[in-house]
Amino acid sequence: MAIVKTPRNKMPEQDPIVRGHNFEEVALGYTKELAMAEAKRCMQCKNPLCMKGCPVSVRIPEFMKAVAEERFDDAGKIIKSTNSLPSVCGRVCPQEEQCEKLCLRARVDEPVSIGAVERFVGDYLLSKGVKEEKITPCGKRAAIVGSGPSALTCAAELAKRGVEVDIYEAFHKAGGVLTYGIPEFRLPKALVKNEIDSVLALGAKIHFNTVVGKTLLIDELTDKYDAVFIGSGAGLPSFMGVPGENLNGVFSANEYLTRVNLMGAYKPDCATPVMRGKNVAVIGAGNVAMDAARTALRMGAEHVSIIYRRGREEMPARKEEIHHAEQEGIEFKLLCNPVEMLGENGWVNKLRCVKMELGEPDASGRRRPVPIKGSEFEIDADMVIVALGTTPNPLIKDSCEKLATNPKGTLIVDEGMQTSIKNVYAGGDAVTGAATVILAMGAGRKASRTILDGFGITD
Amino acid sequence: MNRIVKKRRLAPNVCEYVVEAPAVAAKAKPGMFIILRVDEEGERIPFTICDFDIAAGTVTVLVQEVGYSTLKLAQVEEGGYIADFVGPLGRPTDLTEYKRICLVGGGIGTAVIYPQAKYLKSIGKSADVIVGARTKDLIMYEDEFRKAAKNLYLTTDDGSYVRKGFVTDVLKEHLEKGEYDCVMAVGPMPMMRAVANLTKEYNVKTVVSMNPLMVDGTGMCGCCRVSVGGKTKYACVDGPEFDGHEIDWAEAMARLGAYKATEKEHVCRLTGEKR
Repeated sequence: MAIVKTPRNKMPEQDPIVRGHNFEEVALGYTKELAMAEAKRCMQCKNPLCMKGCPVSVRIPEFMKAVAEERFDDAGKIIKSTNSLPSVCGRVCPQEEQCEKLCLRARVDEPVSIGAVERFVGDYLLSKGVKEEKITPCGKRAAIVGSGPSALTCAAELAKRGVEVDIYEAFHKAGGVLTYGIPEFRLPKALVKNEIDSVLALGAKIHFNTVVGKTLLIDELTDKYDAVFIGSGAGLPSFMGVPGENLNGVFSANEYLTRVNLMGAYKPDCATPVMRGKNVAVIGAGNVAMDAARTALRMGAEHVSIIYRRGREEMPARKEEIHHAEQEGIEFKLLCNPVEMLGENGWVNKLRCVKMELGEPDASGRRRPVPIKGSEFEIDADMVIVALGTTPNPLIKDSCEKLATNPKGTLIVDEGMQTSIKNVYAGGDAVTGAATVILAMGAGRKASRTILDGFGITD
Repeated sequence: MNRIVKKRRLAPNVCEYVVEAPAVAAKAKPGMFIILRVDEEGERIPFTICDFDIAAGTVTVLVQEVGYSTLKLAQVEEGGYIADFVGPLGRPTDLTEYKRICLVGGGIGTAVIYPQAKYLKSIGKSADVIVGARTKDLIMYEDEFRKAAKNLYLTTDDGSYVRKGFVTDVLKEHLEKGEYDCVMAVGPMPMMRAVANLTKEYNVKTVVSMNPLMVDGTGMCGCCRVSVGGKTKYACVDGPEFDGHEIDWAEAMARLGAYKATEKEHVCRLTGEKR
């Protein structure tokens, strides 16, 4: 029987002009009816390629079938068996590069909106409230360093099997990049808290204000625990290294987003100050750059531009984020690279840029940007946000010589995610350098598997 | 939550807080700092560790009431709790390679040099200490320094106590005699800059402890960046101590003032003062 062509069910969104002035979520989520209609588009492939595209191998056709049949609790169980944070993943995973890219429905019309249906199920589970789960202890103990995506995933997988889990978080709030980095309008913090609570409901405990490498050392953890997982992320911001970068008004995206998200500076009565620039330039074109630009807009900027040295095709951000940013009125200044930041009385007021053209492909496979001689020009900016990526925080490696790292500072692990120290595992950005939430979750899950195997726990 | 075990007013606008934080105390070393938040809505503010007691599990900080959050902290009484207390952060200051050390403290900077003076005495290398303040009321830890220092020299800008003048006046006399091979200066940036400019003339190694704005204190935000010898360093993970002769002081001082206007508005809301 031929499949009738039916386009994807679009998720409702806030109006671009309205949402540019608020921190409410941009995408509003499926209704029950939309979710079921979309789930019915799944062709229930016998050999589902979509699952191969998922770093945590969510059983996609199974949960789609459950949603199509209005069995949302079942759908939740199926997803949660391999993915502890469905509401997060449904929102921030680059599905178009993963599951949806491989979806065979694309040959008929368009791929199934897998992320949107996953988000619906995740939110359905959270709406029912978090229940404490009784799990029989297995007698083993594990320490988890950090509480971002890789750490939470590893913690959940271990706790589910009765491992006594202690999470050590440097900040006063859990979630890592989900909390300090990704803004409220893309990933509401109440939802992140609920997802974390559901991990803690499995019995994992969290210890805040504990900087591993300073307050506690890896050696102390290996003395006390049967296994240690390091999921400390890549928190160190990169700057351009151009003159004037230390002028007031120039921030790393990490600082700007941390002030706004983690410290809540978007609320008028917040004690943490944040600069509210009128004319904001964001350097870089990844997801973090889009987040920073759209945040600046919501913080009252009159004009926000993305400045990127390559072209439109080379921008590393998700298409959806770029589209949303453009809809909201962010200007894209492409093939343009700042060479100096200029200021007055210690504050930035201009960027001196050079025009670029694309040459031969470089090591990353993207065409190398080359400056055009004599093309320098200046643009006004009273605030500059540098969003050029991050590298792993050296605090842990500096305090533990035995821990082997690459020249870039990332931790070296074997196939089972074990570091150079026995029973010490690592995953996420601490190993790969800055990457995605879901890749970090995949790594946390993989490490948990090795740890459980070591404990003699199979399922 | 961390309990304030002891609170003592040392000067009209400075309090000493002894805070229960056993994990921090266990790892504390002179020169390191902590970050605290007064309450759930509070900002993260850094303070250098002034003293610590591993057995009692306490860490002492001196806090000058200069802005919204420090005024809020001053409202918490002895026995009360603050929301967060994290550390010890930064790198410890190690002066053991030097033989004749002078520690110079200005105002609240005495908080940083005190643990150093105590430590140097404990290893038999007692240092000279010069403490300066605007006026008599602002001289802190005099008794403590009498015990920990080899010689203690006090100055007040207005001459209300001991010697009228600046710490640099005293320091210059000793540098003239070639008495020191290392100076550590901690205090307001203009004072540290003045000391560094002076010691440069005598080619004496000078360590300063920078106190820039910070958010996380673990190298994550880059807010605390300082130009040292033409390179950008993060005070929170690379410091807070740096070679005083290498610092770009003009830039550091400009960066410190980044939020002055916002801060003023916030303080007014707390104290009801008119702007």
